[in-house]
Amino acid sequence: MTLLAFDWLLLIEKLILIAIIVFASLGIALYTTFAERKVAALLQDRPGPERAGPFGLFQPFADGLKLITKEEIIPGSASKGLFILGPGLAMTAALMTCSVIPWSSHVELFDRKIDLQIADINIGILYIFGVVSLGVYGIMIGGWASNNKFSLMAALRGASQAISYELAMGLSLIAVLMIAGSLSLKSIVDQQMAAGHLWNIAYQPLGFLIFFICALAECNRTPFDLPEAENELNFGYHQEYSSMKLGFYLFSEYINMIMSSAVMACLFFGGYDIPFLDESKLAVNTAAILGVLALLTKIVVFIFVFMWIRWTVPRFRYDQLMNVGWKKLIPLALFNMLLTGAIILWQQS
Amino acid sequence: MNTVQILFFFLSVLAIFSAIMVLVSKNPVHSVLWLIAVFFAISGHYILLNAQFLAIVNLIVYAGAIMVLFLFVIMLMNLNANAEPRKRWWMKLAGVVSGGCFLVVLVSLVQQALDLTGKETLMKEGNIGLIKNLGKVLFSDFVLPFEISSVLFLSAMVGAVVIGKKD
Repeated sequence: MTLLAFDWLLLIEKLILIAIIVFASLGIALYTTFAERKVAALLQDRPGPERAGPFGLFQPFADGLKLITKEEIIPGSASKGLFILGPGLAMTAALMTCSVIPWSSHVELFDRKIDLQIADINIGILYIFGVVSLGVYGIMIGGWASNNKFSLMAALRGASQAISYELAMGLSLIAVLMIAGSLSLKSIVDQQMAAGHLWNIAYQPLGFLIFFICALAECNRTPFDLPEAENELNFGYHQEYSSMKLGFYLFSEYINMIMSSAVMACLFFGGYDIPFLDESKLAVNTAAILGVLALLTKIVVFIFVFMWIRWTVPRFRYDQLMNVGWKKLIPLALFNMLLTGAIILWQQS
Repeated sequence: MNTVQILFFFLSVLAIFSAIMVLVSKNPVHSVLWLIAVFFAISGHYILLNAQFLAIVNLIVYAGAIMVLFLFVIMLMNLNANAEPRKRWWMKLAGVVSGGCFLVVLVSLVQQALDLTGKETLMKEGNIGLIKNLGKVLFSDFVLPFEISSVLFLSAMVGAVVIGKKD
């Protein structure tokens, strides 16, 4: 009896891929926290964490162990279910993005062609956009369920910031879509890899700038870290959180950073494309592995820029933040969209 | 039962259960969260009908934007279970009767609709919900209503700016 007739091998293949990607993202996020402290130390001319293991390399494990073994406190006046749901949602939304990112071309194992992308859906970018817009629930629910004025203030700030910057982000994406003519991230990357095509950054410098600023805002990174402005709001939306729940919130921020770096690399910097190299001449598996490495390199560069900005630029004031979002970025993004449309029309005629 | 049917029933049960929970929850914040679950279930139905674009736009617009605003307002006004107004029993009864009448009208409408009789749903194989086809239809067959509705949005935006300027 074929109750469920579908390709079981495909299911297993995808499950393995999901497991690898999720664990890899968590592992990279672990070391991103370490990198953050090292970069901060570098910019502030001090050694940074160096005691745990060689060059302080075991520091993230020590941090993790500390967070896990700490006492878990749920405030008596908190809304318990939602208090637990909050960090879970933040983490889920952060990890969901990775399913549409093309990590590389395909590999051939055991006579099967395995795409190194979990799902190549034809609405890839909109999917990312949807997940980003859900990410704000983690902050809002956590902030509200804590039953603390400062947490609530921070959560409301975070939500309004996320909504404001989503608009400009979407508008800057439309210009990229008009060039690519597709919503699938895979085909956008393939287009940039094709001979005679430059990376999208060459066609969309303004669009990239807007997208980058919005990505900073969506990840709650300085100069947009208003939701956790510790000198105004004590500690921000996760003030009442302790132990690993706090760890989840902090960790999801790093995962968001990795994912938005990956999305930027795919949309504007050719994804897994290696510059000045024709991948089609290489063996399939070699090309795939080199592609993963190329994408990871781009991600690392972006993460470094994120950190560089964090430890260099001071935070916006709240009204400045809203002014930049609504009065500068959105008109700029609209202008960019119109300009791109006009150029495309002009080229067609 | 194949996979699609199992998914269909799972999503339907989820949607109905969440919708009931929206009504039953005492706390407005819980109601909003259950409503978000309803939107997820409905998006799942869209995906079953192969309307991926509609599914994700439903999530972005309703779950991602409108519900955030709902939560926003509820949190700002600090509504909670105690703040819910207590209604008298005859008001509740009147609500049940009028709601029930509306349900009967809806059910009979769907049952008698000529457009729907003898049609089958296109599970997993329809393609009108894909972004390419939807865009073509919107900008050719339905271009006039589409543009008029965009004027409506524009007027809402202008109104918001006017209200914001006045101080």
